[in-house]
Amino acid sequence: MHEVDMTKCLLLSMEEWKRGQEPQTPVVTAVHLQVGAFTCVEPEALRFTFAAAVQGSWLDGSTLEIESVPLRARCLACSSAYNPDPERAYRSPCCDRPMEEIVSGRELRIRSVDYSLPHQISDPAAVPPR
Amino acid sequence: MHMPLSDTLGLNLLAANQHQAEHNREHFEAWNLLCLNVMSSPGAGKTSLLERTITALAPQLEMAVLEGDMTTQLDTQRLEAVGVPVVPITTGRACHLDAAMVSGGLRQLQARLNPADLDLLWVENVGNLVCPAEFEVGEHLKVALLSVTEGEDKPLKYPVMFREADCVLITKVDLLPYLSIDVSRIEAHIHAVNPEAVVFQLSASSGAGLDAWHQWLLAATREHSCRAEMAEVG
Repeated sequence: MHEVDMTKCLLLSMEEWKRGQEPQTPVVTAVHLQVGAFTCVEPEALRFTFAAAVQGSWLDGSTLEIESVPLRARCLACSSAYNPDPERAYRSPCCDRPMEEIVSGRELRIRSVDYSLPHQISDPAAVPPR
Repeated sequence: MHMPLSDTLGLNLLAANQHQAEHNREHFEAWNLLCLNVMSSPGAGKTSLLERTITALAPQLEMAVLEGDMTTQLDTQRLEAVGVPVVPITTGRACHLDAAMVSGGLRQLQARLNPADLDLLWVENVGNLVCPAEFEVGEHLKVALLSVTEGEDKPLKYPVMFREADCVLITKVDLLPYLSIDVSRIEAHIHAVNPEAVVFQLSASSGAGLDAWHQWLLAATREHSCRAEMAEVG
């Protein structure tokens, strides 16, 4: 189950991001991923391992939001985009070309993080006078 | 006051592995060696092929092997028997090698020899057609094996591996007379998902097709070494 190792990589990236927020300690509510259809990642397995891995950690309580990105390719003969289908050996339906250029579907990306900063002063005017 | 915030990261999910892989590759460049990541399903013939290929190329190339295996050291013993330095990397439950494991293997290799003396470093990955495709270890080229007994449709069922491979070796072709397998269909399926893949048909058992594969390897090693020297001069 390589999703365990992918989750470890994800947590390392999140740690790095957290260090970038110092001295504040962000409370993360959601981590948004983009996962392409042409990868070896099973989104359900990733959600499962993430939920298990963050228990008791600083990310406990956050959710993993996964946006699936479909596989799209471009036919280099006529430039039209298509959805490669394993049933047709991923070849272009327009010109029967092999899958040359993948436009999307290889994404394994941490897109964004939703969080809040405890004791953060959202309105500068609200700073109490010293 | 908790104000909801959002940060756009746009980071590769595997950034941590990617950084380590790039670090490994920097070492390979400094040592001026070519690193190949050899991948396939279990039993496709990685170790048998390495035995033949290493024996054949030993007069011309200095080689070593990082041998990934889930538990045993059987493959390590087999490859040591052909006279090449082998560092076993036992992955335990992990179904693939990652860049950090290979980095650990490199440290062990350095304790035994000077990697700058090598021309070619083989990384024999764990037998698996899925996971190793996503985890770079710092290799220059990916080599995927597919044995004829696995069937014609495997490149379509495990497309990421065959898309990522620079070179695909169709192995065990000596068994073709006993199978109702059309090897040209295997090749067509590989090229459907990866038109640029270099494909060789061979048999480590009979020796058929090995020459062409060995010539390709020698050329790839030479080309890499020339590029490295040019980069040094330039």
